Amino acid sequence: MAGSGELKLLGVWTSPYVIRVRVVLNLKSLPYEYVEENLGSKSALLLGSNPVHKSVPVLLHGGRPVNESQVIVQYIDEVWAGTGPSVLPADPYERAVARFWAAYVDDKVGSAWQVMLFTCKTEEERAEAVSRAVAALETLEGALADCSGGKAFFGGESIGFVDVVLGGYLGWFGAVDKMIGRRLIDPARMPLLAKWEERFRAAEAAKGVVPDDADKMLEFLRTLLAWSASKSK
Amino acid sequence: MPTPIHTPSTLHSGRHTTATLTPNPTSSNPTMASTDQQLVLLDFWVSPFGQRVRIALAEKSLPYEYVEEDLLAGKSDRLLSSNPVHKKIPVLLHGDRPVNESLIILQYLDEAFPDAPSLLPPSDPYARAQARFWADYVDKKVYDCGSRLWKLKGEPQLQARAEMVEILKTLEAELGEKEFFGGEHGFGFVDAALAPFSAWLPSYERYGEFKVAEVAPGIAAWVERVGKRDSVAKSLYAPDKVYDFIGVLKKKYGIE
Repeated sequence: MAGSGELKLLGVWTSPYVIRVRVVLNLKSLPYEYVEENLGSKSALLLGSNPVHKSVPVLLHGGRPVNESQVIVQYIDEVWAGTGPSVLPADPYERAVARFWAAYVDDKVGSAWQVMLFTCKTEEERAEAVSRAVAALETLEGALADCSGGKAFFGGESIGFVDVVLGGYLGWFGAVDKMIGRRLIDPARMPLLAKWEERFRAAEAAKGVVPDDADKMLEFLRTLLAWSASKSK
Repeated sequence: MPTPIHTPSTLHSGRHTTATLTPNPTSSNPTMASTDQQLVLLDFWVSPFGQRVRIALAEKSLPYEYVEEDLLAGKSDRLLSSNPVHKKIPVLLHGDRPVNESLIILQYLDEAFPDAPSLLPPSDPYARAQARFWADYVDKKVYDCGSRLWKLKGEPQLQARAEMVEILKTLEAELGEKEFFGGEHGFGFVDAALAPFSAWLPSYERYGEFKVAEVAPGIAAWVERVGKRDSVAKSLYAPDKVYDFIGVLKKKYGIE
C-alpha cells in the first residue's frame, strides 16, 4: 500500500496549476478532499501550509504539505508509483526531455498567460502576450510531433507530464479565444495540438476538472480583476 | 577560496564550426545511453547554472570533457544545435544526446548514474519534494533579484535589496540547524543549486550595501562550510572575479 494518510488538495477551480494536479490524482484514481480557496481571503490552512508563496495548489498528504504543482505531480507519481499509469516515463533521458518541455510550458506559455489575462494594462500588451503564447505553442506543436512518436499524447499512448502541465491551461485558452475572437491553438497552424486538445479534454482523468465554460471563466476573471483593483486603492 | 583548475585563460575556446549535427533534443534515441558513454559539458566559466553541473559531476566523480563557450564572442554551432530552444548553457551531452536546464541536468545525472552518490534523497519522496521545492525557490528568486541589485539604481534598487534580504532570511530559516540543506542526506540538491551563488553574494553585498553575516548569519556559515567542499571549491571562481565579470556585463549593456 503506497502512501498512508489522507489526501487534501487546496485549489482554485480555474488554476492551471491546480487542474494539472487533479488530472494526475484522477489518472491514478486517488481519492482526495478538494478544498476551493477564495484568493481574496486565503484560508489559515493555505497560508500555514505554503507560507513562502501563499499560493495554490497545496497537496496535504497525511497533513504534510507539498507545494509547487510540478513538484506535487512528481511526488504523487513517486509515492503511488505502482498505482495506475506513470506520469513521467521510466527512461532517464526521456524524463529529462519531459521535464524540459514541462518547464518550457510554464516559462513561455505560463508567463504570457499571466500577462494576457491578469497583468496587462493595454490591449497592445495583451496582443503582445498573445503573440508570445502562440509562438510558444507553435514550438510545442513541433515538440508534440517529436515526443508523441505519432501517438495521442506528449507522453505517448497515455497522458504524461507535459500533457498535464499544458492541459491545465486549456480552460483559460477557451476563455482567451472568446476574448480575442480567434483560437490560440489554431487548427490550421497547429493541427497536432488541436487534435491533442480534443483528446485531452475527452480523457476520463480530465472530466470535471478541465473547465469548458468560457463565460464562467471570464466571469471569474472579472471578479478577480475587480477585487485586485479594489485592493490596490 | 582556492582558484579552480580551469581559469579563463587556460580554457580553450569552445567555438566549434564543424558540421556535425547533434540530434534534435526532443527526438527519442532508441539506444539507451549507457553509463559508459562520454559526458561533455558546454558551459561558461562564471555561470552559476553551469557550476551546479560541475559540482554535481564532481560529487559523483564522473569524468567529463569541459567545453568553454565564449558567450561574449558568440555561440558555437554545437551549442545552438544542442539547445535550439533556449540557446543557453549549460548543456550536458551524454553520448551525443543533449540535456538542458541545470536542475534538469542534475536530476538526469542522479537517474542515469544510479550507482554514484545522488543529490536528491533517493528513497524518501517527501524529502525529494521538499528539495525540489527549495531548488525551485532558489531558481525563481536569487539570480533575478541579484541582477536587479546591480542593474538598477534608486528606489528599484532599494526594493531589490529588501527582497534579497528576505530571500536570504527565508533560506536561513529553511536551513535551520542543518549542516546542509540536504539534512540527513548530507550535501544535496538544494546545496548544489545554491552553492554557486555563494560567489555572487559578495557582489550583491557591495551593490546592496548589506552584509550576509548580519542579515542571515546561518547562510554566511553555510557558505563557509560549502566553500570548503572539494566539488564546490574546484568549480567556483573567486568573488572578485565575479565582481569584475558583472562590471563587464554592465559595460556591455550600457549600464552605469
